[in-house]
Amino acid sequence: MTNLTELTIREAAKQLRLHSFSAAELVTAHIDQIEKLDRRVKAFLRFTPELWEKQAEEADARINNGDMGPLVGIPMAVKDVLCVRGVETTAGSQILRGFKPPYTGTAVSRLFDAGAVMLGVTNCDEFAMGSSTENSGYHPTHNPWDLDRVPGGSSGGSAAAVASGEAMIALGTDTGGSIRQPAALCGVVGMKPTYGRVSRYGLIAFASSLDQIGPFTRSVEDAAIVLEAMAGHDPLDATSSNRPNDVLRDLETGVKGMRLGVPREYYHVEGIEPAVKAAVDKAITSFRNAGAEIVDVTLPHTDYGLAAYYIIAPAECSSNLARFDGVRYGMSVDDAQNITEAYMRTRRKGFGTEVRRRVMLGTYALSSGYYDAYYLKAQKVRTLIKRDFDLAFEKCDAIISATSPTVAFPIGSKTQDPLSMYLCDVLTLGGNLAGLPGISVPCGMSEDLLPIGLQIMAPQWREDVALRVARAYEVASGVKAEVAPVV
Amino acid sequence: MLARLGLEPGDEEFYAEQLSGILAHIDRLQQLDTDSIPPTAQVVEVANTLREDVPRPGLSQAEALANAPAAVDGFFRVPSIQEEA
Repeated sequence: MTNLTELTIREAAKQLRLHSFSAAELVTAHIDQIEKLDRRVKAFLRFTPELWEKQAEEADARINNGDMGPLVGIPMAVKDVLCVRGVETTAGSQILRGFKPPYTGTAVSRLFDAGAVMLGVTNCDEFAMGSSTENSGYHPTHNPWDLDRVPGGSSGGSAAAVASGEAMIALGTDTGGSIRQPAALCGVVGMKPTYGRVSRYGLIAFASSLDQIGPFTRSVEDAAIVLEAMAGHDPLDATSSNRPNDVLRDLETGVKGMRLGVPREYYHVEGIEPAVKAAVDKAITSFRNAGAEIVDVTLPHTDYGLAAYYIIAPAECSSNLARFDGVRYGMSVDDAQNITEAYMRTRRKGFGTEVRRRVMLGTYALSSGYYDAYYLKAQKVRTLIKRDFDLAFEKCDAIISATSPTVAFPIGSKTQDPLSMYLCDVLTLGGNLAGLPGISVPCGMSEDLLPIGLQIMAPQWREDVALRVARAYEVASGVKAEVAPVV
Repeated sequence: MLARLGLEPGDEEFYAEQLSGILAHIDRLQQLDTDSIPPTAQVVEVANTLREDVPRPGLSQAEALANAPAAVDGFFRVPSIQEEA
């Protein structure tokens, strides 16, 4: 008997057409898995039975009518920052408690049109600010490989749902690494597309020049399938693009003759754990054996990336979060004497510590007198970082590194020291600053059986290259995402 | 005050210590000479993308007010915005 909660999209699509099981049965298997595990994993914030019942029924009708779409009937989890009409969406924050969006965002509605079945809403760091999902305004999520450890973040609920077999695919968002880092820590595939590849309409904004929506899956091919269904221009997001995105055509072409760059600043990054370094070395050997040429490249402004990011992202967030004032949606205090007091007390009650910290930082960096020294300076350094990547990509077709310098860390171990938490994203945030596509794929386990992730970054609009290299690694190494044995 | 965060006693000290650590890290940016470097506000080359100016249905008044913590007669209700004289 096939275990329905361990399938990839491709396998499930095939079996659905053979009528080995129905879409309704596939959904039920995932709900059973959730009932069995989610009390301990806590990947989900809420469930959407009204959607899964209707969508599974529609999927079975489509399959019976000969619809060959790969996503028809595929069980999906959605991060709590993506608006779905009528489904409570809170960005992991108390300030949005009870908010039911009057519309569905483009990425989600495209997947609904493609036949995906929504199971529920997954936990995340509040407003996607964090690297461990401990900043959720509701509860932390636990890593399915070790329940005492974090799943990474901010999209930790989505990563944990896919890693535990509670969902076949999940959506996340990535502003500094929030898809790739939890994918690495949970041993699944996670992809951040090029900035502008996927419409952000209906995404509750954190940092608008950095945010992108992307998939969590258990195979590289599945990531390509989900990306293809979501991508493309949307009149409701002026930054979205219709550039070619033929991600499946050359997926199996391999890396023979390709040049893969290893940035020395990433390879020797401070704090990289020996097990992570060893896994990257092994991956490099796999690529070499598969016929790739490994080239040494340099990203000389790497040491300034975190600093630039922690001005730009908080500055944008302080502006984006100004709208949460307790007037039009979300929570509100009901006994304030005047409007200013109402704003103050609503935001005091509704925002958690990390969100307040970033709003303060951003407001400071944008304030007159400090604007040039901080915000403008950071934007100039962003130019230097983007140029580093442009120059590196003259010498190579894709860049490979670890996704996270460390494996999953114990819950509570970094919450008192914000800077140590920020350093989790040191290898991923450059990709956001430069707008590049990046994917994290599982590349082995530490001695303690904790997953390690390999990051592959490609030039803007070359998701096809990142996915092709990732797929070649999957084939050459034989390492693939597995469902965690939650104990 | 500017960000309307509603700080309470003790908050200032708590955040001041953490924020100075973060700002100390951020200060490394000053080591770089960026006088001749243009700033980057967004990274993909798109400019002034406009959509067709075609009217489309928006939210009804009831939908727009559905999430309001307090509404009255089709308006968002808020506490007084001016002090009494």
